[in-house]
This record gives sequence, C-alpha cells and structure tokens, in this order.
Amino acid sequence: MSHTLLIRRGRVIDPACAIDEVTNVAIRDGRIFAVGRSAPTDAQQVIDADGRIVAPGLIDMHVHLREPGHEEKETIGSGTAAAAAGGFTAVACMPNTSPPLDSDAQIEFVARQAVRVGRTRVYPIGAITKGRAGKELAEIGLMIRAGAVAFSDDGDGIADAGVCLRAMQYVSMFDRLFIQHCEDRALAGRGCMHQGLVSTRLGLPGIPSIAEEAMIQRDVLLQRQAGVRYHVAHISTAGAVAIVRRAKREGQAVTCEVCPHHLLLTDEACGGYDTNFKMNPPLRTAGDVAACIEGVRDGTIDCLVTDHAPHGRQDKEHEFPDAPFGIVGLETALPLFVRALIESGVIGWPRLIELMSTAPARLLRVAGGSLAAGEPADVTIIDPETEWTIDPGRFLSQSRNTPFAGWVVRGRARTTIVGGEVRWALDG
Amino acid sequence: MGSSASNPNDHPGGKQRVTTMETRRAAWTRRHLLQMDDLSREEIEHILDTAESFKEVSTRSVKKVPALRGRVVVTMFFEESTRTRMSFELAAQRLGADVIDLQERMSSTKKGESLIDTARNIEAMGVDVMVLRHPAAGSATHLSQSVGCCVVNAGDGQHAHPTQALLDLFTLRECKGRIEGLKVAIVGDVAHSRVARSNLRGLLKLGAQVTVVGPPTLVPRSFEALGARVCHDFDAMLGEFDVINMLRVQNERIESSVFPSVREYVQFFGMNAERLRRCRPDVLIMHPGPVNRGIELAADVADGPNSSILRQVTNGLAVRMAVLFLVNQAATGQAA
Repeated sequence: MSHTLLIRRGRVIDPACAIDEVTNVAIRDGRIFAVGRSAPTDAQQVIDADGRIVAPGLIDMHVHLREPGHEEKETIGSGTAAAAAGGFTAVACMPNTSPPLDSDAQIEFVARQAVRVGRTRVYPIGAITKGRAGKELAEIGLMIRAGAVAFSDDGDGIADAGVCLRAMQYVSMFDRLFIQHCEDRALAGRGCMHQGLVSTRLGLPGIPSIAEEAMIQRDVLLQRQAGVRYHVAHISTAGAVAIVRRAKREGQAVTCEVCPHHLLLTDEACGGYDTNFKMNPPLRTAGDVAACIEGVRDGTIDCLVTDHAPHGRQDKEHEFPDAPFGIVGLETALPLFVRALIESGVIGWPRLIELMSTAPARLLRVAGGSLAAGEPADVTIIDPETEWTIDPGRFLSQSRNTPFAGWVVRGRARTTIVGGEVRWALDG
Repeated sequence: MGSSASNPNDHPGGKQRVTTMETRRAAWTRRHLLQMDDLSREEIEHILDTAESFKEVSTRSVKKVPALRGRVVVTMFFEESTRTRMSFELAAQRLGADVIDLQERMSSTKKGESLIDTARNIEAMGVDVMVLRHPAAGSATHLSQSVGCCVVNAGDGQHAHPTQALLDLFTLRECKGRIEGLKVAIVGDVAHSRVARSNLRGLLKLGAQVTVVGPPTLVPRSFEALGARVCHDFDAMLGEFDVINMLRVQNERIESSVFPSVREYVQFFGMNAERLRRCRPDVLIMHPGPVNRGIELAADVADGPNSSILRQVTNGLAVRMAVLFLVNQAATGQAA
C-alpha cells in the first residue's frame, strides 16, 4: 500500500515550475505526486503549512563534514543533522578531509556513511589532484562512478597554471563542475584577515583582494581554452564579482557562489581579535559587501552557500594568526540570507529559493531543486516570519564557531523532508 | 653640533605642569593596558604624570617604594626581548612586587597547549598582573578576555607596544616640553612595526603631526588612513622634523624582498652625521633599541647630543612602574 503525505495550504514556491501560490503538495512513495488544489485529500499524513512557505529542499553545495579524519569537529551524522535543522535536504561536501577525498574508495566511504547515518542527502565533491597537492590529476573518472558530483581542491586553489589547464580539460570530458578556491598563495602570504586599513591598525598580516582576483582572472583565461564549467567558490571581493560578470557577458561558462558572512560582515568585525570572525576568504570591506549584494541582484552570483567549516573550541581558542579559518553556517544560513537579501529588498522569496535550491541542483546536475511531479520529494517548509535568537548552545552541529551568536533573526525552517520522510521538525 | 652643555633637548617646562594636573584627577579604572587606541588623551597624560613621580624613585639610594608589596607580577615572554623584560621586572621590583618569569621560547601551538591554557594555569597560582610579549597580534587582548588578573601588553606581533609608545611620549615631553604641534617622523619598517603603530596612535592623540618614512614596501599607503603622512623621500623632508624616530632594520625582511640590501637602505633612509646637519639643530633622534649601529643609525649620531636613546631606556622604567601601579590600583579599586 502506498503512503501519501499532504502538505496543506502553504505558499508553494517552485522557481523551476514558475509556481508561487497558496496550494497543496502531495507526496506519494517518496516522490512529488502533485501540486495544486486537485491533490488528493485522503493522505495518511497531513502537515498544515498555513502561513508557511513550501519550497523544494534547500541544497548547500559548499560544506565541510570533516569525516573522515576530524570527527572531533564534525561527523557526517552531526553535520547532516545540522543541515536538516537549517532546512537543507542535501549538502555537497568538500574533499579536504584526512585522508582527502581523492579516490573512488574515499568517495564511496562518504556515500555509504551518508546512507547509514545521514539525515540529508550527501553529494561528495572529489579532489582534482592527488592529495589536493596541485600536481598530479586524481582519478576523476573513477570518483564519478563512485558518486562524486563535482571536483575541487577546495582550500587550495591550483597554483600551477599548466596543471590547472589540464585538470579543467580533463574534468570537461565528464561535464562536471570544476570548483576553485581562488587564492594566490604568494600574494596571500601568511595573511589571516583582509588586507586593508583594519589589518594595518591591528597589525595582523593581510590577505589582499588581488590574491583572490588574480586567480579568478587567470582561470577565466584558462576556462576559455578548456571549456569546462568553472565555478568560483565563496566569492568575496568587488573586483572578483566584476571579473565573473565580464566573463558571463562574454558567454563563458563561469559561475560563482557567495556566503552569508560576506553579505553581512566587514573586516571591522575582526577588531576584537575574536577568531570566530576569521575565515577564508576573509571578511572584506563595506564596498565588497555591496558589490556581492549587487552581484546577487543582477545574477552575476548564481547560488548561495554556507562554507560550513566546523572547528572545536580547542581549535579556535588560539591567538588570531594561529587559529584555523572557518565558521559553521548550516543552522544559520537561511535567516542570514533573509536578513541580507530579503529584508533589505534586494530579492524576494522566489528568487531566494531559486538561489538556495534550484540553482545548486542545476550546477551539480543532481535531483531536486524542483517540485515537479515525479521528482524526489525533498521539501523544506519555512516559517518566513518567526523571530528567533541564534544560540550556538542549541546547535546540532558538533561545533559552535559562529560570529552570529546572539543575533535576532527572522525566518526559519520548520520541517525538512527528504525523499518523502520528515527528517527534522522544529519543536518535535 | 651643539655641545652637551647647551643641549637643546633639556627643556625645563616639562615637570611643572605635573603637579597642577595631579590634584583634579579621577581614579584609574583600566585593569589592562593593551593598546594606545583604548586610551584617551587624559589617560595618557595621567600615566605620564604618574611616571614623572616614579622617576624620582630611581634617583634615591634605596630605589624602592612599597606600592605593590604582596602582589605578584609574572612576565610571560614568548618572544626574545631581554631589555623589555628586564625593564618590567625591575619596575615591578621597585614597587615591591614579587616577580616571576615564564621563559617560553616556543609558540604555544607548537607545544600543544594554548596560550590561554598556560595563562589559566599560571593564574591559578595567584597572580595579579601578567606582562605578555607574544608574536601573535591580538594575543594580549585575547588573554585579557580569558583571565581575571591584569594584563599589560609588552608587545603583540605587529600590533601594539603601548609601554614603548608611552616611554617615547614621556621622553618627548621631557625633552621638548610639549607634544602638541610637534612634527615627528617615524622612519623604517613601519609596516611590520608595533612600535610605529603605537607611537602613531599616541602622538596623534596628543596633537603631534606624524610622517611615516620609508620605501613603499615598508611604508604602505594604508597608513594615511590612520592619520599619518606617508613619505618615501626622506631627504626632501629632513629639515621639517622636530623629532625623528628611527626604527630597527630587520635583516630577515630582505629575504621577503621588501628591500634589496642593507647598503641600499642606508643610502636612502639611514641617519648619519651628514643627514643630521640638514636637520633642525634641535632635532631629537629617538630609537626603540637595540640599535644596528651603522645601519639605521650611524654610531656618532646614536651617541651624539641629539640622541635620546639612553634617556628612553631610563624613562622606560618609570613609565612601566606607572603602568603596573595604575592597573593594580584599578584592580584593587574594583575589588573594594
């Protein structure tokens, strides 16, 4: 006998099918059965979504789950629990684990572990080069067979232009997304925050904007020759947004993503030497924040991600230059994007859903991002009005390294449904 | 060259204003001294005036006052610096405090224990003041947020060295009788210098005009936003300065290709007798020490009548006594 779940009277937003109306969504046997008033009413399970938004499940394509190797920071279990609590039905995890995800065996481990303990779908991103060392190509084809959806050397951009070009050409053969952490190491030096007035005042070594921009500019030239679908991870500077905008205008397959902190915070926040404000790319200037927001408005920026990077207190409780980069983001991303983009009037809810669900699904070529009949029933029900205070003590993530503790924010996922199953519900 | 008898830098006006200020002064409330940014003009003057009264102690035959008797000061130096550590230790001893010294040559992360872990363990033994020298910028701020005792920053990375700035200000005031309106040059590796940053903040707060001088690789434009004038042509401006503070050249910078050679640096930015002749006759030449003789400072200039180098060292003791005294006053004031 088939199982039917009915989500009743929510504001259904499905950018993929151009739907934005108050109606019902019926799920049968793990797939979307129908959207509309004609949906069957004899369901075994009913969720009342009055006043809520019903959206295709949110997808975060830039997450660090730390397993294998750093289970003291996060595991696939705890990371996906945090993801579900944040409204995500799927995450793509980066390969900077220990050992790195640079072989089919490693990819398969993550995929299996995700099935065993994951609360959301997990899409592994494979390393481009062996050991993420930027020298020899990793077994990209075999990793695809094992389940890798995209490729990136993550925290290390490929410095050698020759290796990078060949890697782009190789990845293009499989039509997978080539994701680059854009940072010229020689320019970045020992930098630990944005290079500018604030770093000068604080006496902290800086990472200049051109460290990011120089690599993106180079890669745009390489992409023109290689033809791969090229994606800039966590864009953060005005110059970088301008380079991507120009490349798009010239018809290149260049895309990019942005994190909430780069839309809400500036390098001024590093003034107290609080290492929860230390991440890479670093917090930039107000001008960069404005340029990133403009990039979202005009479509230069294709999707929204968290760069969820858990670190324990023992890791972060160090002197600023010695502490690791990164902050957690899965459980705070939705309301922070609401603050940065909706409350400020830059975009509306349908566009936000598109940027957090439809767009990443298309970039990664994975299921989801749509409520079309027959799609896997990955659905997020959002309360757009509820106000709440970010309390790291209540995070499901194993780590609490957030700069947003104590922020009063608006908007929260109420129910996260993966394959027709409720994987997380607020208050129960 | 002026002889020592007519030294233009011995200004008699410095001491007089002290006593009048002292009478209408509020109690000191800062338990930590972390950076010059935190201090108001009045607070800086409060410290300098307090130092003035402590300077006299060093001239007595019994060089001790019981202001900090029964208190414990620990010097925690995670970076080599004999003279700053000795200056702090002597300052604490002259105030009657017990002084212990943690000698830690390794960075905390290498050892596996964090700075905060180390500090909490030391604090648990009953310590009143921690004097911290550390290679990481912000470490003193970080420490002050994690322990209950007073924290005095004795230099954190490239960020701040407030007692050096205070002793420089003290020396300036003593020699020139004022700070307001003085034209001060800071010459050398400004980009990587905590001394430059702290001096700049302090001087601007007290109304001086500051020019930072050096090649663009050592003196970036971003210092303009901090309120300094940026100058890459030392010779063109030599005659304008009342005070020239020469920073120590660090040889290791050559490896990171910020300047090509010591020889070339000296040609453009070294202070020697020839350049001194083109300065104002009463120019004050300062240096935070230790001096690379023949590099940033020629030996005859370093030892000449315009130099205040040893006076800075002497004053450092009085300033550090004042700082230790005041932070303790704030701590005990809060406990009462």
